[in-house]
Amino acid sequence: MPALVELSGISKGFGSGEARVQALSDIRLSVGAGEVVGLRGPSGSGKSTLLNLVACILEPDAGLMRLAGEPVWRGRWLRGDLRALRRESIGFIFQFHNLLPFLDATDNVALAMTLNGRPLPEARRRARELLDYLQVGRRAAAMPAKLSGGEAQRVAIARALANSPRIILADEPTAALDSERAQVVMDLLRRVAQEHAAAVLVVTHDDKIFSRFDRLVSLRDGRIEAEERAAA
Amino acid sequence: MNLAFRDIRHDLGRFLLTCLGLGLLLGVALAMVGIYRGVVDEALSLARALRADLWVVETGTRGPFAEASRIPGDVREAVARLPGVVAAGGVTFQTVEARHAGSPGGNAAPEGDPWRPRIGRVLRLQVVGYELDRPGGPPALVAGRPIARGRGEMVADRSSGLPIGAIVEMGGERFRVVGLSERTVSTGGDPLAWITLRDAQELQFRLAPPAARRAEAAGGGIQPQDTLNAVVARLSPHARIEDVALQARRWKHLAALTAAEQEAVLTRSVVERARRQLGMFTAVLLLVSAVIVALIVYTLTMDKMREIATLKLIGAPDRTIVALVMQQAVALGMVGFAGGAALLLSVKDVFPRRVLLGPGEIAGFGLVVLGICLVASLLGVRYALRVEPAQALGG
Repeated sequence: MPALVELSGISKGFGSGEARVQALSDIRLSVGAGEVVGLRGPSGSGKSTLLNLVACILEPDAGLMRLAGEPVWRGRWLRGDLRALRRESIGFIFQFHNLLPFLDATDNVALAMTLNGRPLPEARRRARELLDYLQVGRRAAAMPAKLSGGEAQRVAIARALANSPRIILADEPTAALDSERAQVVMDLLRRVAQEHAAAVLVVTHDDKIFSRFDRLVSLRDGRIEAEERAAA
Repeated sequence: MNLAFRDIRHDLGRFLLTCLGLGLLLGVALAMVGIYRGVVDEALSLARALRADLWVVETGTRGPFAEASRIPGDVREAVARLPGVVAAGGVTFQTVEARHAGSPGGNAAPEGDPWRPRIGRVLRLQVVGYELDRPGGPPALVAGRPIARGRGEMVADRSSGLPIGAIVEMGGERFRVVGLSERTVSTGGDPLAWITLRDAQELQFRLAPPAARRAEAAGGGIQPQDTLNAVVARLSPHARIEDVALQARRWKHLAALTAAEQEAVLTRSVVERARRQLGMFTAVLLLVSAVIVALIVYTLTMDKMREIATLKLIGAPDRTIVALVMQQAVALGMVGFAGGAALLLSVKDVFPRRVLLGPGEIAGFGLVVLGICLVASLLGVRYALRVEPAQALGG
């Protein structure tokens, strides 16, 4: 199982002098293809900072970061166009789905593909396939405001899969869902990870879904405190 | 996929309401441009209506519009004899408050035009006295006939609202409107009214009987009435206007202005303050419009902060974000401008003074609005480019 997310000795601090806060220290983490890893910890433990680093929207201070097999940071960014890297290799799922309110479900998914250069008709066809795959095809023409929380999150997952990324980052994807829908979303993420051979890293506080991860990484004060493998 | 258009369509009501507000403001700004052009056009219309190549006035003056000019009536004969002059005519100008005294046909309420005066209503007219069949008379009439009788007839501008046959009282005399001209107004916007020179001289220079008796008793005698404000001359096509003007200026009691000089006097002197006032007011309105567009675009962009952050996070390039903001700013400005222009064009004739707007002015103003929108959107663009993709994450 090749590692698609590899963090080695990653550190990140904010501010300077006495006001400096060390958000992450010496993080070593690896997520393989088809693996779903949970990241938990109390507020301020560094979960969001870690997600932002893997998303290449924050720059580490030290360490090595490889994404999808490619070295991305070692003392400096090794890729010029980080947005292109995100477009091609990373899918994002948010707590509140973050669908664009002025696009219907199909175009929210198709947009991610058109940004990556795919022609709109082809992108729309592929978007409808993804929505069918995630069992929200009948809501393809609905605007986000008309979707239920679970439907909106499925559309968001479809958008995350649009460019067949190797890495999927999810920021509290079940926080706004009830228990039943949260399980459905986790089922989908597991299915996506396996069928697309993607590495899925999920930040969560939701103890109802802790058992659905292959591994659960606990952060405290910017350090990895524990790493548990789920019971088979 | 055009994100700006889709966003507008998603909240069309709000967009149109914003456009309506902006359109009203742009309509006012465009009206100022039209009024500005109208003031200049009206200022020139008096001089142009007389179709004179040369204006001979009192020496040391730039009269008769910028300064008072009084010259003896026999100057006309002298000017007419200058080489190159084809025809010359004496003219007088005076602003008169006249009273619409009815019509022989008894049409108490003239039809159509809402500005038509009721009988008994006082009208402000710029009266031009001219010699029949000589330069200085009205241009082509749009209704009725030219003055044919020596006395008591008038050709009035249509904007006076006087119908053919109306009786107008001025200085105790009654005049009958026999013809109508169009777009002939004074620099102040008052309609022009032509009467014969003799009528005009009596109106302007004749003293009321008690004043005349007092002047005679004081030994001043009766003042001569054959006085003109200017002599206007038409020249042969082969004559050089500067040469003829030079000859007229050799008479020490006279000055001469070419048609171009007269127009320059009118625009740079007579209506200069009004022109500058309107110009500055237009500039202020455009500045206000720019600030308002900038604030609207900035607010619209702030409202989309999370969407912009999401777009950046999923890899949208900056050009996609910039296009979203700028296209919305341009759409806002152009729809607002179109609405404002349509509104103004539908009501411009109700304005008491001419609002002159041609396709050139409207297109030019549209380009200015386009420029304003592009510049004003830079504030929103700056905000959008500073949005961090991390803002899409978290609750």
